[in-house]
Amino acid sequence: MPTYNMTAPLKDEDVAKLHVGDVVKLSGTIYTARDAAHKRLCDMLDNNEKLPFELKGAVIYYVGPSPAPEGRPIGSAGPTTSYRMDTYAPRLHSLGVKASVGKGKRSPEVRKALQEHTGVYFGATGGAGALLSQCITAAKVIAFDDLGPEAIRELTVENFPLLVVNDSHGGEQYAKPNFEF
Amino acid sequence: MKVIKAEQIHDAVVDLVLKAARYLPEDVKTAIRVARNTETSDSAKEILGQLLENADLAKESGLPLCQDTGLGVFYVEIGDEVQIEGNITEIINNAMIDGYQKGLLRKSSCHPLTRKNTMDNSPAVIHFTHVAGDKLTIKHMAKGGGSENMSRCTMLTPAQGWEGIKEFVVRRMAEAGPNPCPPTIVGVGIGGTFDLAPSLAKEALFRPLSAENPDPELAAMEKELLDEINQLGIGPMGLGGKTTCLGVKIAMHPCHIASLPLAVNVQCHSSRIKEVTL
Repeated sequence: MPTYNMTAPLKDEDVAKLHVGDVVKLSGTIYTARDAAHKRLCDMLDNNEKLPFELKGAVIYYVGPSPAPEGRPIGSAGPTTSYRMDTYAPRLHSLGVKASVGKGKRSPEVRKALQEHTGVYFGATGGAGALLSQCITAAKVIAFDDLGPEAIRELTVENFPLLVVNDSHGGEQYAKPNFEF
Repeated sequence: MKVIKAEQIHDAVVDLVLKAARYLPEDVKTAIRVARNTETSDSAKEILGQLLENADLAKESGLPLCQDTGLGVFYVEIGDEVQIEGNITEIINNAMIDGYQKGLLRKSSCHPLTRKNTMDNSPAVIHFTHVAGDKLTIKHMAKGGGSENMSRCTMLTPAQGWEGIKEFVVRRMAEAGPNPCPPTIVGVGIGGTFDLAPSLAKEALFRPLSAENPDPELAAMEKELLDEINQLGIGPMGLGGKTTCLGVKIAMHPCHIASLPLAVNVQCHSSRIKEVTL
């Protein structure tokens, strides 16, 4: 399978060349945000407030890491289930977010937003939090400290292994269950 | 009466919390290893390999296996010849808080509506049973949210029987797809009342993968469900393959003549369970 080395923030041309099943080794700066942080970001947009990070080209990692032990930038840091962010994701893509990283299925609305705004949804291995934390070389809380594990963190990542699950061309990588619905 | 001191229980619970978060049970590791050897899909082999690597790394580094270190769930069996010095609910809750703090485990408990984090993972979810004898057994599960959210409870009609149970469980796992971090372990609670069935389903998850159900009828039902779930082809992380589920555990209890309560409690591949008997 094709493997690309990419640097975040991402550009439209980076995202456009990706197809389901591709592997991306991502380096650069990404941001963590999950349930409560997404709600607050959208509330800030409603109130015309300046967001804590630049949305243009941003990669958002759906993660609530465990606390960092001494000498490490972060604790365990694997992806959380993405569908809970589906309510907010299309709006963030329309404002420049290029990619999210999580696990599990996305809604038709998110898949449509990826096509309309040249976005991509990456899957990372759920539960492999100790392993994935090794790709994170720096982490700092930049907003919503009171949310604890749900605070927004700026992460520096190196060769973070990601799989393209939903691309900007309408494709999806997940297996369709053999079940008559 | 056997007297058990608060401190002894506290220390034992802290130990359970730390070990459950860091060490993947050996029988789960074995099941993942076996699955990796029988998988034909490259992505399935790759993911199962990552899970084994993750388990080794957590053991060596002291990092938790998964960043979602769960809510602290406890099933406690108190012998009627045991006297506890102190309030057992308070002791377990405080020890759970202490364990999550010491182990640098994520605090995931919050107000259900305001979503304000309690910041210490409290309160623990504790189920008590009184049994005969002079032993105190505490079973701990660190239950993650992603898999828990895929769980369901329903009230079938008696006429739906085993076919209805199978339909519901397999459909649920098909709908859950990649969300609960497959390969999963599936706990099924059959019977009792509306409130008991989910508790049976969760408690069933404490039985090791390697331990066959002692009731041959239930053992056959577990095997049938496991085969059907694995035929879904969802595979590790939903990317396809033979390994959607590592094991099904059923617990059954008599129910009302009008009812057939059924619950499915989904556990991810990272089965954080540990128990102690004092």
